[in-house]
Amino acid sequence: MTAPLEPVPDAGKVRPVVAAPDPVLSRPGDRVDPADPETVALAADLIATMRVSPGCVGLAAPQIGVGAHVFVVDVTGHPRAKTCHGTVVLCNAEIVEATRWQKGREGCMSVPDLTGDVKRAGHLVVRGTLPGSGEELTLTTDAFEARAFQHEIDHCAGLLFLDRVPGPNAIFARKVYL
Amino acid sequence: MNELAITVVGRDRPGIIADVSTALSQLGLNLTDSTMTLLRGHFAMTLICVGAVEESDVLSALSPLTVDGGLLATVNVVPPGPPAGSGGAPYTLLVHGADRLGIVAAVTGVLAEVGGNVTDLTTRLSGTLYLLSAEIDVPSGVDFDDVLSKLDEVADRLGVEVSLRSGDADVL
Repeated sequence: MTAPLEPVPDAGKVRPVVAAPDPVLSRPGDRVDPADPETVALAADLIATMRVSPGCVGLAAPQIGVGAHVFVVDVTGHPRAKTCHGTVVLCNAEIVEATRWQKGREGCMSVPDLTGDVKRAGHLVVRGTLPGSGEELTLTTDAFEARAFQHEIDHCAGLLFLDRVPGPNAIFARKVYL
Repeated sequence: MNELAITVVGRDRPGIIADVSTALSQLGLNLTDSTMTLLRGHFAMTLICVGAVEESDVLSALSPLTVDGGLLATVNVVPPGPPAGSGGAPYTLLVHGADRLGIVAAVTGVLAEVGGNVTDLTTRLSGTLYLLSAEIDVPSGVDFDDVLSKLDEVADRLGVEVSLRSGDADVL
């Protein structure tokens, strides 16, 4: 299933992606007003930046240096995706339900040289608000899209995948660069 | 600046890491990559440190910890290593079975034959159960099925279970 949930906002600007240890990645993002034009512009910038980043399936505001609770996910065409909602931007998102936990190895554009094994829910219900319209949205998803949502929601909470690894033997040097 | 390879091995007690890292930081040595663990109850640490410090200075700084014979320390200047991400696809190797001589040699031999590079390896002997887990970089162009069948052959001969799976990470 691939169904864009809303028209993609006006073309955003490609912004530089910040990397750890930038402090913006380690503090919880502020909740935003979805109707604020700044939020809409931020959403557009996130989409534009995600689109030009090879292999990028999601990006959160802190990753472009903005401590705000906004992210984009798009796992279209990813081999590990089952359910796919296309391009989704959510503000102030929260996890409503998380089950079927599975371990998977994750990397992150903001932690370019490391990967880690992280348990994420394989079945997920997420609630958030669409930028612009302010419409509240509840999404049910699974597999890789669920992992991507959890990774981005973590960014908005000031958490990196490094904060989720179960132990010292679950962090690895990244071998493959896209 | 020197890049120094430092090892400290010996009888475990609380505070070794604090003592060693304090001594190194007082010398102005920056502890970069390191690994520290207990191996069958023995404390073992391996560090790469960077600083304008000579080997002999490090050995003297660590001597309060080594003079009583409880800990052994070695310090050597090493050339800087290659950058990360030197190519190949990552795999995770797991071997378990009854302990016997030569498991590590036989299994890693198969990987070495195809140019596989072990980037991390841990073994544990728990009772009679032997466990090996490793991270391997396998060069592109290697026939994965061929490696698997050679590993299976070795596993059959040794009477152990072997699995090799992709360690590819999804970048989010």
